[in-house]
Amino acid sequence: MNMENIYLAIPLAPLAGAILAGLFGAKIGRAASHWVTILGVATAFVLSLIVVKHIVIDGAETYNETVYIWMISQGIQFEVGFLVDKLTSVMLIVVTFVSLMVHIYTIGYMKDDPGYQRFFSYIALFTFSMLMLVMSNNFLQLFFGWEAVGLVSYLLIGFWFKRESAIHANLKAFLVNRVGDFGFLLGIAAIVYFTGAMDYKTVFGQAESIASQNIEIFAGVPWSAITVVSILLFIGAMGKSAQVPLHVWLPDSMEGPTPISALIHAATMVTAGIFMVARMSPLFELSETALTFVITIGAITALFMGLLGLVQNDIKRVIAYSTLSQLGYMTVALGASAYSAAIFHLMTHAFFKALLFLAAGSVIIAMHHVQDIRQMGGLRKYMPITYWTSLIGSLALIGFPGFSGFFSKDAIIEAVAHSTIPGAGFAYFAVLSGVFVTALYTFRLFFLTFHGKERMDEHTREHLHETSAVVTLPLILLAIPSAVIGWYTIGPMLFGDYFGASIFVLPEHNVLAAVGEEWHGSFAMIKHGIFQPPFILAILGLVTAWYLYLKRPDLAESIKQKSGVLYTMLVEKYGFDRFNEIVFAGGARGLGNLFWRNGDVRLIDGMLVNGSAKTVGWISGIIRHVQSGYLYHYAFAMILGLLGLLSWVIYTS
Amino acid sequence: MSLEWPILSVVIWLPVLGGLLLLISGERAARPIALLTSIATFVLSIPLFTSFDSKTASMQFVEKMPWISQFNINYHLGIDGISMPLIILTSFTTVLVVLASWESIKTRVAQYMAAFLIMEGLMIGVFSALDAVLFYVFWEAMLIPMFLIIGIWGGPRRVYATIKFFLYTFLGSVFMLVALIYMYFKSGGSFSILDFHALSLTLEQQIYIFIAFLMAFAVKVPMWPVHTWLPDAHVEAPTGGSVILAAIMLKIGGYGFLRFSLPITPDASNELSWLIIFMSLVAVVYIGFVALVQSDMKKLIAYSSIAHMGFVTLGFFIVFDIFDKTGSWENAALGVEGGIVQMVSHGFISGAMFLCVGVLYDRMHSRNIHDYGGVANKMPIFAALMVFFAMSNAGLPGTSGFVGEFMVIIGSFQANFWYAFFAATTLILGAAYTLWMVKRMLYGEVTNENVEALQDLNGREFVILGILAVAVLILGLWPAPLVEVMHASVANLLQHVSAGKL
Repeated sequence: MNMENIYLAIPLAPLAGAILAGLFGAKIGRAASHWVTILGVATAFVLSLIVVKHIVIDGAETYNETVYIWMISQGIQFEVGFLVDKLTSVMLIVVTFVSLMVHIYTIGYMKDDPGYQRFFSYIALFTFSMLMLVMSNNFLQLFFGWEAVGLVSYLLIGFWFKRESAIHANLKAFLVNRVGDFGFLLGIAAIVYFTGAMDYKTVFGQAESIASQNIEIFAGVPWSAITVVSILLFIGAMGKSAQVPLHVWLPDSMEGPTPISALIHAATMVTAGIFMVARMSPLFELSETALTFVITIGAITALFMGLLGLVQNDIKRVIAYSTLSQLGYMTVALGASAYSAAIFHLMTHAFFKALLFLAAGSVIIAMHHVQDIRQMGGLRKYMPITYWTSLIGSLALIGFPGFSGFFSKDAIIEAVAHSTIPGAGFAYFAVLSGVFVTALYTFRLFFLTFHGKERMDEHTREHLHETSAVVTLPLILLAIPSAVIGWYTIGPMLFGDYFGASIFVLPEHNVLAAVGEEWHGSFAMIKHGIFQPPFILAILGLVTAWYLYLKRPDLAESIKQKSGVLYTMLVEKYGFDRFNEIVFAGGARGLGNLFWRNGDVRLIDGMLVNGSAKTVGWISGIIRHVQSGYLYHYAFAMILGLLGLLSWVIYTS
Repeated sequence: MSLEWPILSVVIWLPVLGGLLLLISGERAARPIALLTSIATFVLSIPLFTSFDSKTASMQFVEKMPWISQFNINYHLGIDGISMPLIILTSFTTVLVVLASWESIKTRVAQYMAAFLIMEGLMIGVFSALDAVLFYVFWEAMLIPMFLIIGIWGGPRRVYATIKFFLYTFLGSVFMLVALIYMYFKSGGSFSILDFHALSLTLEQQIYIFIAFLMAFAVKVPMWPVHTWLPDAHVEAPTGGSVILAAIMLKIGGYGFLRFSLPITPDASNELSWLIIFMSLVAVVYIGFVALVQSDMKKLIAYSSIAHMGFVTLGFFIVFDIFDKTGSWENAALGVEGGIVQMVSHGFISGAMFLCVGVLYDRMHSRNIHDYGGVANKMPIFAALMVFFAMSNAGLPGTSGFVGEFMVIIGSFQANFWYAFFAATTLILGAAYTLWMVKRMLYGEVTNENVEALQDLNGREFVILGILAVAVLILGLWPAPLVEVMHASVANLLQHVSAGKL
């Protein structure tokens, strides 16, 4: 089997599964539906391993070919094509592996759901879309994948479409993403305008030429073209990767079933924006303004969204805010030009965050769909596998030395410390203090769920038990990379030449090279890390969580009481939702009504159309009197006319 | 082109004859005769695509014979890469409309079907006429069956709607007639549209002619602010009428700009392109907001149609800014081709959306969004298809709705950043009004006993919507075949327009 067919088969195998389960799910039944989709995704995973061997281990050339030509217009070739390099390889493994785990897990989680086949069809379709996105070699297909994952996300958030909250959340998610896509599409249009091409290779080849141009969006105010292009593209990433202020959809997306929270809203889709910016590094590198914008947005998201995780009581929402915050970390890395660190964190995060979500799902199953951590506690002894795997995930998340998250998060913090981009100082403060916040909310969640008093009702307690093997097996399989993957991959990925030409960094921005000079292997990094501020902050956070939520729960309560405005602000999520609801949703409806009632109904129809009809009617109403039907009126008119005519003839002649 | 038989005449007159036959055949055989005629017409129109020579810009399948020789009026037909796709769209859509009306029309079926078949022939005539008088005859005659369809089989306010529809469109076309006659005298006695293209005109003359055409075509498209007949006509029209209106009739306005305004009055088009661009962008943004607050499904889709047609006119008239900026007509093809793709795609999608509404209306006899809610619980297959069409209406990549908008947005960025900016708001607005409607109608708990009693699609409805879904998908995944046939004609048009007449 040659590589070309393998590349083609990777996205098509899940697609075949999705079509079979989607169109014929009712006929082939539940078991067959999960088998075809799992088989499809498993095929994609195995083939991705072959690709990694081929590209990474055997060091094959980057593959960059057209699959088919979508259309040609104005001499621009719009195509579907694959670019498979080392960056793509990482994404392939992450996407197919997490997707496979989620597929298996779903057998247990959705066991009693009437929409079983539909769900499998959707997640397989998602896998297809995401693979098309990461394998693309051009902007058209990127946008295809980009919107397609958005579509599946929409369908899955609203999977339980009878729930008002779910169908509100999915509409919101789609629209907020569309705001991002608005910028993204304009960015693509700008690229076509400056380069006349859609494929990465040509566009990146002309990056310098874009950088030398200006564009006057406002007459007389020339802006650097590359900055405009980069920022527009990044607006797309802000939607998809949920950066402030376009983050509002992600917490609400937790209305969807837990498996997709793990797959789509933690591990893969939301990282598409991060991947995209890393892929576009040849463009972003050339604009410091854009990088400053990126790092600032990332820093705000990393710190302030993490804070919101402290006051949430829904087990999934805590993890959702954590995801926002971690996406902020990745964005900060992008802004600091540490693109490989961003991708590295993307990878480790995919594993440990998927693990945490799936573990939360396991808890939710055991608790009979109660998600409020105030009603949990002491689950440790009932659910040992869930407990231990959750612990691994939590330690990875807070960056405990040795766990995967430690390597990736420390790399980001170090990289930001070396960055000289404007905004890096603030970002350094944000990511460093974020470490404390992360540890605090992570272990608040962990302790409240698994330790302490058992606060659930009697009925629930009696039925508590560990979940079935289809649920726990994925947890174990995800716990392994969450624990160890950082140790093995940090060297080549960050400090070796792993990414090669896939990622472009200007020498003066190359912070990772500076970090790399001080790096002497994973073990040395752990040893060194124990004396560094991030570790101290993480331990401080962990201990604080222990003290406040296990040792002195009354203290946590009184802090809550005393912090008044601060607490309200966090609970209100800084007011973003209310603001959007009033200004954008309400404003749009108001404007629509204004335009419709005054413009269409009153002005155009009322005055112009029906008004002219009425005028005609009014005039004819008057003229009608001429046609009285009396013969003598007509005879009189004839005589008058004749007289007039005669006098005119006489007068003129 | 090796075909001996006059294929255009056949696809024009076969449905007309079929329609006349229906009028005398009576009710019982009406449905099968109508279906067979429409299928035969569709099949016969396929060679227009398969035997089409996409390398040349000159007219193909030409037929010409004298009609009224005293005035040098000819029965002159022919098509190029711009009109051919629209003809296929017409014959394709008519088959679906006949099928869709199978059960929902219960009175005067034969006359109803006859009206559609006759209208089909007349619309194909409009797209293939190369003689201005012939064009005008088809153009006006086409109004009559539509007038009857709305007036006889329409809803409670059908009289208001028909009169509004008729007067609006008629008012516009009278000015066009004057312009045509004026050019007849200017050209020394020719009604050939191709002669009009070559006719030398001063800027002043062009502007008058351009405005006369604009009145006719803007009403047809319809462009803001002469669009208010459309929501009323749609609301009152029976489903089939709405489908034809949205899918085909609106395209005739867009076609008119390409066949008449741009090539006959290139300099006036250049002079007034700002006006058309402004009207198009108002259609996208303003109408987008108006669509958002509609509570009648048909009105909502009607407004959505206006917004989507804004892309057509925008794509056609950004070419002048691009000429100015780049100095070359070759850089302006994307917008025009995007506009044509948008016309075809909108034919599929708006047709499908109105058919979806028809499916619900047949069951519930309500067009009010508030009367629905939770339909997906009772009609899952229908819901899946409707969500699909809603997504394509919102321009999702992979569906045809994306292709044209994408091309026009990218094209308009070349003309001016702000054109692209306002056009791209459709990404948000289009999704907002379409998906909000979907949310309120399909999702949620079943809201009342009428919804509770709903039955899912029957086989016939499934086939109709399924065929459209496949068409939307194919065009979205592989638009190349459609775009390729228009390259030569569009290039020729742009070359001619950029040269100007002054």
